[in-house]
Amino acid sequence: MTPACIEPVTVLAQGLVCAAGVGVAALSRRLRAGRSSLERNDFTHVPLDTWIGRVAGIESSSLPEALAAWDCRATRLTWMGLQADGFMAAARTALQRHGAARVGLVLGTSASTIGASEQAYRELDAQGRFPAALRSERLNTPHALALFVQEALGLQGPCVTVSTACSSSAKAFAVAERWLRLDMADAVVVSGVDALCDSVLFGFHALGLLSPAPCRPFGAGRSGISIGEAAGFALLERGAGALQLVGYGESNDAHHMSSPHPQGLGAERALDDALARAGISARDIDYLNLHGTASMRNDEVEAALVAQRYGPLVHASATKGVTGHTMGAAGIVEALACLQALADGWLPGSVNAAPLDPALGQAFALRLRSDSLQRRARLAASHSFGFGGNNCVLVFARGARR
Amino acid sequence: MKPHTVYIDGLALWAPTLPDWAAARAAMRGETHERPAAGGGPAPPAATVCRPAPAMLAANERRRAPDSVVLALEVAAAAVADSCHDGSTLASVFTSAHGDLPIIDALCTALARAPLLLSPTRFHHSVHNAASGYWAIGSACHAASTALAAFDHSFAAGLLEAACLCAADGEPVLLVGYDTAATGGLASVNRSRGLLGVALVLSPRPGPRSRWRLDWQTQAGKAAAPLLRSPAARAMAANAMADALPLAQALANDSATALALPLSPALHLALALWPHAAATHPPAAA
Repeated sequence: MTPACIEPVTVLAQGLVCAAGVGVAALSRRLRAGRSSLERNDFTHVPLDTWIGRVAGIESSSLPEALAAWDCRATRLTWMGLQADGFMAAARTALQRHGAARVGLVLGTSASTIGASEQAYRELDAQGRFPAALRSERLNTPHALALFVQEALGLQGPCVTVSTACSSSAKAFAVAERWLRLDMADAVVVSGVDALCDSVLFGFHALGLLSPAPCRPFGAGRSGISIGEAAGFALLERGAGALQLVGYGESNDAHHMSSPHPQGLGAERALDDALARAGISARDIDYLNLHGTASMRNDEVEAALVAQRYGPLVHASATKGVTGHTMGAAGIVEALACLQALADGWLPGSVNAAPLDPALGQAFALRLRSDSLQRRARLAASHSFGFGGNNCVLVFARGARR
Repeated sequence: MKPHTVYIDGLALWAPTLPDWAAARAAMRGETHERPAAGGGPAPPAATVCRPAPAMLAANERRRAPDSVVLALEVAAAAVADSCHDGSTLASVFTSAHGDLPIIDALCTALARAPLLLSPTRFHHSVHNAASGYWAIGSACHAASTALAAFDHSFAAGLLEAACLCAADGEPVLLVGYDTAATGGLASVNRSRGLLGVALVLSPRPGPRSRWRLDWQTQAGKAAAPLLRSPAARAMAANAMADALPLAQALANDSATALALPLSPALHLALALWPHAAATHPPAAA
């Protein structure tokens, strides 16, 4: 059944840290300049020939003393994201405005704190137990990052982790919209965090999906994905505003655990539902942030969908050439790229895409933009098509009020 | 805030000694132990099955699939069959506190020893949405499916999400909660033991298979987890999906009940449950 149109939800504050640096402006600068942040892998304990989007300064950063029990790479990254763009101050203002019990948290993550568990397994004691410093049930579980943010911000509203691989933090926006609509909360912190870890790097290596060179979404001769890390935050409240979430669609491919539906059936269904909730057509979208992982099959299926459904004037780009594929955080990183494009009128280009894969066709080539462009945009969409066939499409709009 | 209403059209539970809802219901009502065995002798001990074998997987997949996947698919299929809804059209919410603990143990062990030799199958089994993905494939369902975690409150958080989907979209939703037993090094930090799977089919409207009406709302304030009155329910409490047991116990008892399921130390899900066909008055407030 086609979903009904929804009321817009305002995005009041944002926070981002990714390989491009701290703050949404750092990502915008890279996108505008067309410069990648990827570097040769120096993260894994065993050499692995690939490129990564690594956040600088995590190793030398620290958590406040009150949160020290949570210390690991993923929580440090989360803490850096909370500090970015004044997000924490904005969240605290929302807490004062509504009361702690009325502010919810939805956090999307794929690997959560598994990096801490990986370290524990390298350091198991003689009895095969976790080392004392990591022997915490709350630290070694998918919900750990949400518990950490809940404690750091003093939130007491509904709190849940969404873990649907690459669509996790895109779907977090959908959960937040429902909570606001149904009056479960008056404000919702939406987040997406994934830190570099062995499971993801060696896991994608095992699947044969890692590129030995910086990833080249939709590029000719592309050779797979580059893994990145990021922490992103957005504060959502009911009502219209300068920047708004106006639609979302969720679906499943029901095809294969690690490769997309060949006709993009699930992806198109997510797009249709997002457009229906926003009350618009695909041809109304001015800026499209593509999933664009640079895996052979994913890019093919997505390119066909774009060629078929979006208008010839759409400015479509993939930003993973700058950030890497930040897994569960990718949804919010790319949502923030959309919001930034709507706010400042600079539409990002596709870093590392040129020369484009000719097999993707002329219609797609017309829509994919390699260079960033200064152009006012009113509507932006973001695609997140994940592992396990899990898909989500978000639609954002620039509102009347600034 | 006015409570929202959903109807329970299908339900299922699986634990090693209670491989379906009929067995679980009887055990939680205390009937299994009280019922004399045929011929007047002592009741035979309950048979223990290591893990379920869901019919929707082919035999070779059933062997290879991790515990979390067979458990989730078993209860999902049973609840959908019980509900008479078409599984290929239902939106679904899969919730699990920890995902597949034996797989995470094996993954971390392999990474510590020889990361370049990690098996791709092990990796794709380790993602939290593995059960959701296999369910979508097995039931040919393209509807939205999500995978959640909320530590000790994973069932309550999953129920909240499924109920919100029902209320927001006006469509029935399948809720599946499952957790596995910690193994290896993880067993030194993680308390989850045994297997437990619970599934419900919720509908925003009463239908021919609606046997319960469930009014729900979130309420600020601390609520203690409801006590588990039956030995059968207490026997499953070491599993991380144990926060589903108070609702399972209430459903087994067939009587109108008010329940408060903690969502966090400062918030709970207030439930008012009563048999749909029988009662016309809501139970006393939680």
